[in-house]
Amino acid sequence: MSHYRALQAETVKFRGHNGDQGEAYYARPIAAGKYPGIVVIHHLPGWDEWTMEVVRKLAHHGYAAISPHLYFREGSESPDDLGARVRAAGGVADAQVMGDVAGAMAYLHAQPNATGKIGIIGFCSGGRHTYLAACTLSGIDAAVDCWGGNVIVDNPKDLNDKRPVAPIDLTEKLNCPLLGIFGNDDANPTADQVNRTEAVLKRLGKNYEFHRYNGAGHAFFNTWRDAYRPEQALDGWKKVFAFFARHLASSATRVAAE
Amino acid sequence: MCSYIVEKTALVGSAKGRKGWMRIDTANVYFDHPYYSTLDHVLAIDFTNEGEGGRDRVAVELSAGSARALVTRILAALASGEAAHGAPVQAATESAAAA
Repeated sequence: MSHYRALQAETVKFRGHNGDQGEAYYARPIAAGKYPGIVVIHHLPGWDEWTMEVVRKLAHHGYAAISPHLYFREGSESPDDLGARVRAAGGVADAQVMGDVAGAMAYLHAQPNATGKIGIIGFCSGGRHTYLAACTLSGIDAAVDCWGGNVIVDNPKDLNDKRPVAPIDLTEKLNCPLLGIFGNDDANPTADQVNRTEAVLKRLGKNYEFHRYNGAGHAFFNTWRDAYRPEQALDGWKKVFAFFARHLASSATRVAAE
Repeated sequence: MCSYIVEKTALVGSAKGRKGWMRIDTANVYFDHPYYSTLDHVLAIDFTNEGEGGRDRVAVELSAGSARALVTRILAALASGEAAHGAPVQAATESAAAA
């Protein structure tokens, strides 16, 4: 029975920015024990089924994972309709997302299974949010930015009330190890932008680790998309789990990737 | 990476959604990551009625090539249709939408 695994996944209520109550998808191993927590930040299209698959994947690997629905304030319709509405309104404000991520972290801390260690991972716009959170929120032990674009903002006109600061300009405040996963064929972030981000991290002496993949573009982990690249994705996930194991998991709680 | 770029246009029309037929007054058009399509990027159109709160939509996600082909077919259908039927009777709300 040493390979026996079981997890529980469900929608839960959490308190986000300004104490607003919203929904989050939460999965964790059900075997008694303590588990590090991970917050999963979804991409702009919305709180979709692939995001929930990621949450369950993390639980399968021994983490208590939660993905807050970043558009819960828009109503109770399906996540895709709420995503369309948010997009038409120009997206959600960075400050609100940071508040929701902090709320999801608080949810994890409050669970009896918590070790107290917290990681964060985000995809696409969620990768950018991850970079922001790693620079602005306290209490994050490891952050994984998967192809977050617009970390570097070359045109100041792209800054606005909702996204007032380019994440790259906050890099000095980065206070946890950062893992970056990128496809070299991606148009946003481009390989050049990833180079420039890495140069800033290096210059500031930050603890970071970037992995770039040939033959892969944007969202190459996403099994729902033609962009999925199985070889690169499998290797990328190995990098992600090795990183989280190193920074979050103790040997007593870690479920080895098999 | 998601772009947040949306082209919004007022229009006059109707669309059939999950609650049946509804009036629509707005189309939000964007080329970005889809929700449902397997493509990396799609030309998406959300038809809504902002005048009634914009909570219901009729959505399509098209490949770039399909969208371009559709544009030409729409224009062709308008040209041949108007040639056959004469100039359309303008909707009462058309001038407001077109303004």
